[in-house]
Amino acid sequence: MADFLMPALGADMETGKVVQWLVTPGSRVKPGDIVAVVETHKGAIDVEIFLEGVIDELAPLGTELRIGEVLARVRSSSAAASPSPSPSTEPSPARSSSLPPSPSPAPSPAPTRSPLPLPATAAKASPAARRRARELGIDPGQLAGTGVAGAVTLADVDAAAASAAHAAAQTPRPRGFDALQMRQAIGAAMSRSKREIPHYYLASIVDFGAAAAWLESVNRDCGAEEQLLPAALLLAAAARALAQTPQLNGFHVDGAFRPGAGVHVGWAIALRGGGLVAPAIHDADRKTPAQLMAALRDLVQRARTGGLRSSELSDPTATVTSLGERGAESVLGVIYPPQVAMVGFGRVVERPWVVDHHIVPRPLVQVSLAADHRASDGHLGGLLLAAIDQSLQSPERLGPRSTA
Amino acid sequence: MTGTLRMTYREACRQAIRDALRAEPRSFVMGEDVGRYGGCYAVTKGLLEEFGPERIVDTPLAEAGFVGACIGAALAGLRPIVEIMTCNFSLLALDQIMNNAATIPHMSGGQFSVPLVVRMATGAGRQLAAQHSHSLEGWFAHIPGLKVLAPGTVEDARHMLGAALADPNPVLIFEHIVLYNAEAELDPSVTGVDIAQARVRREGTDASLVTYGNSLPKCLAAADALAAEGISVEVVDLRVLRPLDMATVSASVQRTRRCVIVDEGWRSGSISAEVAARLAEDFFFDLDAPLRRVCGREVPVPYAAQMEAAALPQVPDIAAAVRGLVRPT
Repeated sequence: MADFLMPALGADMETGKVVQWLVTPGSRVKPGDIVAVVETHKGAIDVEIFLEGVIDELAPLGTELRIGEVLARVRSSSAAASPSPSPSTEPSPARSSSLPPSPSPAPSPAPTRSPLPLPATAAKASPAARRRARELGIDPGQLAGTGVAGAVTLADVDAAAASAAHAAAQTPRPRGFDALQMRQAIGAAMSRSKREIPHYYLASIVDFGAAAAWLESVNRDCGAEEQLLPAALLLAAAARALAQTPQLNGFHVDGAFRPGAGVHVGWAIALRGGGLVAPAIHDADRKTPAQLMAALRDLVQRARTGGLRSSELSDPTATVTSLGERGAESVLGVIYPPQVAMVGFGRVVERPWVVDHHIVPRPLVQVSLAADHRASDGHLGGLLLAAIDQSLQSPERLGPRSTA
Repeated sequence: MTGTLRMTYREACRQAIRDALRAEPRSFVMGEDVGRYGGCYAVTKGLLEEFGPERIVDTPLAEAGFVGACIGAALAGLRPIVEIMTCNFSLLALDQIMNNAATIPHMSGGQFSVPLVVRMATGAGRQLAAQHSHSLEGWFAHIPGLKVLAPGTVEDARHMLGAALADPNPVLIFEHIVLYNAEAELDPSVTGVDIAQARVRREGTDASLVTYGNSLPKCLAAADALAAEGISVEVVDLRVLRPLDMATVSASVQRTRRCVIVDEGWRSGSISAEVAARLAEDFFFDLDAPLRRVCGREVPVPYAAQMEAAALPQVPDIAAAVRGLVRPT
């Protein structure tokens, strides 16, 4: 038996509320399956599981759980232990591994695991109904039976599935986020950052001419849907630079730097109505600009309409922000703890620039780094900015022109 | 073949025997009152005159003796057809049937076969009281080495004997005493039947009635009554009680997901128990309702007509059992 814990969906999260289960006791799960929708100040997040096995018990709907509390118990096929909490967790609270009781929280005196309560499915259901219910992810214990001795029958399960599908079509899953709550969460996280992290800042102006020309040539052959924006190229350059300077890609936890496993770039996305999220693009250093563009489109869409996944919120190893066409010319970021670096790109602007002893108009972009001095020094930060500059001068090396 | 194709179950049994005697010179009939009296249930009436005393042999009341003699004859190359007046009396020959007929082929390593056919009357419903009314086919179906047939239709009564005679091993045929007077039109294109498979006698979607013998017409009548209520019942005729054709039974139950087994024999340790156990073992997850059985009451079958009727599965009992699964209140 392994416990599946409430994941840390960013440093600014304290609790999450289970608003929907997409599995039932008996469901078989594998790593990466979306099992629940958890409401946080970032809206409703699709929570992925990282255990393999069969769901044994679930926290009741509506329960507000702190990070690290038990969301579900999984009977593991292999005796896979519960994953260590994500590094972005606060010093993980040592909590009893018992699930919260559903009606009123009676104090549980036993420190050891109490015997599991009878599953809800102890209600009568025919074998065929049970099998169908399992296939459909329905708990037959929740249904009214019309069979012999009130048992749930196949027809009852099918009817429940049909009405659930109908209800799902009627009421969309909760997706909104509370702007006020998010403001408070951002405030808490940024205060912590400014309080705890000794930031240092570096900035360079980078000639975006080669990159702009490459983008134009690539986009000439692409339809509107596949147009590459400068953001994809900036992200690609930043991700590769982070891969080359691993001391800037990771976390400062418990007084020490811990490198990230992979370059998972948190991409800062402004939300309509105020607020900000920076979900991860996994392994961004190994994706082509075209793949990154697709990932960005998908991520922005989901950040604004709902449907971010838990791993996207818990995994970022560094954050990149690009202010875009209507943004300011430069940005000096605030690091998102416990990350140690934040790369910022200002708006691409045309300015006089000296090329081969001549003053010519060039598109320029200001690149900045805010980094945690506990984890690195300015010299290393300078190398990161230089690596970004170098990539942007040879954009063709960032990947094939398209993924097709 | 002479006469009309509409005939009774009794006449079908007689024609089957006559066919066998004509076609197979090694075959003969032996039993109590099969010759001069024409058979206790008049199945062999007229055969003595047609085939003579060498092939229609009256015996003393000595089941162990004449069944044993027929086993010897079978071992020596003949093709005996034994009639046991009712299966109650077959217990006197049980030692011969089980310890010799069913066992010798096995113990001789296949050097001997026992191509024996034993016909016996079974069942209740004609006020013959407890010593002439029991259904013991389930007991015989327990014994490896035997094939146990239970013709529930005139067609099976007409053709199962031929298939049984062609079988190199001992075959028991249980003819139900109530069915002897049943009449049906025979399909002239059917000249033989298998003795391996159960058969779906009526198709339906809501529940399966699994039965054999004289419970078959009762199940078909119950299915008719239930159809009027909007309940669609499939009726499976087992036909062969050993070996059981679970493929046909399970295919039906997998469609309907509900099953009532109807067996005139006593419930405990019956063929209905065997069918239910196999369904529960292998098709548990196909079931959408508990298995149900309608069986004979566990009493010696009474003589009094209303008590005898009460002791046997009846159409309303069968319909009620199905209704209870499909439309529980």
